[in-house]
Amino acid sequence: MHALTAGVGLKADHFEEALACPAPGLWFEVHAENYLVAGGPRLAWLEAIRAAHPLSLHGVSLSLAGVEPPDAPTLAGLAALVRRVEPALVSEHLAWSRRGPHYLPDLLPFPRSGEALVTVCAHVTRVQDAIGRPIALENPSHYLAIEGHAWGEIDFLAEIARRTGCGLLLDISNVHVSARNTGFSAEDYVDAFPAEPVVEIHLAGHRADPILGERLLIDSHDAPVAAPVWALFERFVARAGARPTLIERDAELPPFAQLLAERDRAHKRLAPVVAAL
Amino acid sequence: MPTPSTLDDFQRDFAAALLGEATSAAAQALAAQPGFAVYRNTVLRGCIDALAANYPTVATLVGSEWFEAAAGRFARAHLPRDGSLAAYGEGFAEFLAALEPATGLAYLDGVARLDRAWTEVHLAADAPVLAASSLAALLPMELLDTVLVPHSAARWVNSPELPIFTVWRRHREHARLDDPLEWRGEAALLTRPGAAVVWRALDARATSFLDECAQGRPFGVAAERAFAAGSDAEAGIARWLPALVAAGAFTRLEP
Repeated sequence: MHALTAGVGLKADHFEEALACPAPGLWFEVHAENYLVAGGPRLAWLEAIRAAHPLSLHGVSLSLAGVEPPDAPTLAGLAALVRRVEPALVSEHLAWSRRGPHYLPDLLPFPRSGEALVTVCAHVTRVQDAIGRPIALENPSHYLAIEGHAWGEIDFLAEIARRTGCGLLLDISNVHVSARNTGFSAEDYVDAFPAEPVVEIHLAGHRADPILGERLLIDSHDAPVAAPVWALFERFVARAGARPTLIERDAELPPFAQLLAERDRAHKRLAPVVAAL
Repeated sequence: MPTPSTLDDFQRDFAAALLGEATSAAAQALAAQPGFAVYRNTVLRGCIDALAANYPTVATLVGSEWFEAAAGRFARAHLPRDGSLAAYGEGFAEFLAALEPATGLAYLDGVARLDRAWTEVHLAADAPVLAASSLAALLPMELLDTVLVPHSAARWVNSPELPIFTVWRRHREHARLDDPLEWRGEAALLTRPGAAVVWRALDARATSFLDECAQGRPFGVAAERAFAAGSDAEAGIARWLPALVAAGAFTRLEP
């Protein structure tokens, strides 16, 4: 079996180089929504990548914390895509993005109440039943102080994993950004995060708000991974061991070789741990 | 101690605050935090970027400042309904046609219709392409009663007065943009006979013929309605039918 070490978020501009890249342990992640299409070259392209490399499907729009459950046509489409490309990983966010007929393209926050816990668990179960396998749930980035939390984020995620059998996706950049924005210790968060359910790690670049500067960090995915995020990654891996780790990049796309060099840094940290298993 | 709101209340108020609508005092307090702008910007940016990706020729023609202003107005009035933004922007051409500041560019909505056609063809379901040999195997009398079913990945656009196809294809093909334009109507066919979307100019009567086919009318009726206007009807359909078939405009025959 091909052991996943570090992967790269896949963009159309990098298709040829990604397809041919022989790096050991390499895998690719795509946003599932970009492939929930009826047919055509996009799916053919994804299948070609999948024939050469392990693939991860990362959802951004299922709105698992939304009041309404994920709709049946979307779940049927996702299930068909999962059957088609047999991904190594499937993931989504602890967030909401749908309201009535509308999709608000962002990962929106909510008070972590008992009601929210029951809601998210029901929706995670619905997705897992539809696609016939567990998903991993990601901690989002936070920009607001919200009142009415009955649960801390770590306990909330751990309880969802316990109740639904889902895995967790630890986005270390989101921890760094959220810690700065809402005032907690990123180190304490990473140390307290339950290691066992974690099936994937995300690392991405962020940016200081153009007006507020370093007081407000934005999870922009448009820059290299920053030094404090690498330090948190090292801290988690030293305690928890290796996990498939993704370099996310969605904007200001550099040449593929540059992304691969960032990915190689994570790979070099993970490969000896994976090899020792 | 304020009463804890339900998840539904919170999300209703949060969404209203995002869209700049009247909302609760609690949501107004949230919206007053500096970080709230990140959500507001991300939602709008997601819509605008999707429109720019799906209407690249329009975006090039008008420049980013004008495009972002128009796309922002469209997005506020027509929020996405699908979690996949791959096909977001249905109705953008009609929106542009009605937009007052667009009146300086008469062909803008026509170009938007071609951008939209490209996206729809690109994302359409896979299906077999009707082979010319299947058509050739029919007797002339059989052909008259047969329906030519348009392919799921075929779109045609007719502009009776403006050279929208020339403007559009010059951008798509990275051709010279400053050659003089001939101000006459144009029509175009976009199809996906292989892995890529392809396009070609059409006779306006050929688009009428395709409209008739899409309505389920048999060949004889469709050809008569589309080409009857001129005395060269037979020559017209004889010229255009092989071109339409070769481009992959049809998927199958229905008796």
